[in-house]
Amino acid sequence: MNDLDPIVLFAVFLEMLGLPLLILLVLGSVIGTLAFFSLLLRERGVVARRMLYSQAAGLLGGVLALVLMAKVSSSGFTDAGGPADWLLIALIFGLGLVGMTIVVYSISGWAKALLSTKA
Amino acid sequence: MDHNDKQQLSRRAFLTLSALGAGAALLPLSAAHAAPGRLSTSARIVIVGAGAAGLSLASRLSKALDGAQITLVDARREHFYQPGFTLVAAGVKAQDYPVSLTTDYVPQDVRLVAERVAEIDPESNQVTTQSNTRLAYDYLFVTCGMVLDYAAIEGMDVSRIGTNGMGSIYHSPQAARATWEEMSRFADRGGIGVFHRPDTEMKCAGAPLKYTFIVEDYLTRRGTRSRSEVIYNANNKALFSVPIVSEKVRMLYHQRGIQMHYDRVLQAIDLDRRVASFSSPQGRVDLDYDFINVIPPMKAPDVVRNSPLPWQTGAWANEGWMEVDRGTLRHVRYPNVFGVGDIAGVPKGKTAASVKWQVPVAVEHLLADLSGTTSEALYTGYTSCPMITRLGQAMLVEFDYENNLMPSFPGLIAPLEELWISWVMKTMGLKPTYISMLRGRA
Repeated sequence: MNDLDPIVLFAVFLEMLGLPLLILLVLGSVIGTLAFFSLLLRERGVVARRMLYSQAAGLLGGVLALVLMAKVSSSGFTDAGGPADWLLIALIFGLGLVGMTIVVYSISGWAKALLSTKA
Repeated sequence: MDHNDKQQLSRRAFLTLSALGAGAALLPLSAAHAAPGRLSTSARIVIVGAGAAGLSLASRLSKALDGAQITLVDARREHFYQPGFTLVAAGVKAQDYPVSLTTDYVPQDVRLVAERVAEIDPESNQVTTQSNTRLAYDYLFVTCGMVLDYAAIEGMDVSRIGTNGMGSIYHSPQAARATWEEMSRFADRGGIGVFHRPDTEMKCAGAPLKYTFIVEDYLTRRGTRSRSEVIYNANNKALFSVPIVSEKVRMLYHQRGIQMHYDRVLQAIDLDRRVASFSSPQGRVDLDYDFINVIPPMKAPDVVRNSPLPWQTGAWANEGWMEVDRGTLRHVRYPNVFGVGDIAGVPKGKTAASVKWQVPVAVEHLLADLSGTTSEALYTGYTSCPMITRLGQAMLVEFDYENNLMPSFPGLIAPLEELWISWVMKTMGLKPTYISMLRGRA
């Protein structure tokens, strides 16, 4: 029990987020990732134009992630004090960027695919 | 890998967990290892006190033992996450943030006796509760924490915390909240802020320093710093027991214009006239204040003081801390008794982080006893203190009995650097990790 293992990791996440939010987040990332990769397979590649505006939205996602983090940690934007802080900020921005890009790309791709099938 | 290496690794893992809120998810995971088989025993184990140490022990023993009769004795219904008190008093968290119920964490096969312990008799291996119920034991864990000795400060009245410039964050979540409200009023007006620490062993010796930093920061943010004085009174010749940390705090206090005085101990307080009286080598010093954070002397509860368990000589005899081996937490004169957490008479380490590292050691020694073997497990005195230096920044100070700094992330999180990531750990990661510890999961 002294070592970090996935069960301990899960236990701390569970305490931090609560079960419903944790399930929602895990499901969200799994479904988002699956939707993204299945879309890539279906379309046999990346649609450059859609990826471009998804990445633009991703930039907004990165900023939103930082705003959310500042809010939940009761801190502001002048609090970075050293290299470890900048790494953390970059990591949070990066997660927000990648997450939002995948979500926007997948939703708009699948929406288009489903609409064209109906038509 | 020797035991120290293992401790270093697992400590890093623990703090990495705390850093998860920071999104530091890129951590190496060791393979999940199979839970060791439970040890069959019919041992009667009594745990006195359901605080951080008592509940963590109950959870771990319940997982490790099959057939043991584990009894946890504590009258208090509410459980307090005490590291959260500073955040409540800083206006960062709400009053209910540190509060939960003891029963939330008591494992099913552990019997909770919701009574005060009246007597501990290690000669006859028996604990007596308030209602005169006698609990015989084969092994005893004393985890009753400490008491705040407000009565030792002449003129102090805890019912007036949060009024007329007097705050005291240790007393309770309510008092921490009332302290925040009073401190906030003070920060709006400015004036003289007086801070100090008691001349006894105390829980979280960093908290008095942190709160001084926080108040100074609020005065600056509210534009009243220039017409204010912030005065810190140390009980001895240092600000902190670890010299390198003490010196760093001195440098930061100097930069922030916080006055420092040494060898001053609060003896009396006039709550109406707002005067705090300190003893000092030069005699009595009276300080007028517009805000003060009163921190009372701390001592062992009477149930331990009135038993044969405390140290028999030295300063710890007066304060009543248990005479345990500092490495094994086992009582020096009663080998079937362990003292874990605040009540343990060991240098430093009256923090939740200490509990986190003491509990597994004490459990290993008990398991070794029960299985007729010996254990090499030793507690090195490791503890950690996220020293808040301003709102949004903290220094992650970790050290051991020998005053060595024990950084968990050397090269990444510098121990004496004011960092946002350390603040994020304190405000987001530590409570979930603490709760997981109570459940025996971290």
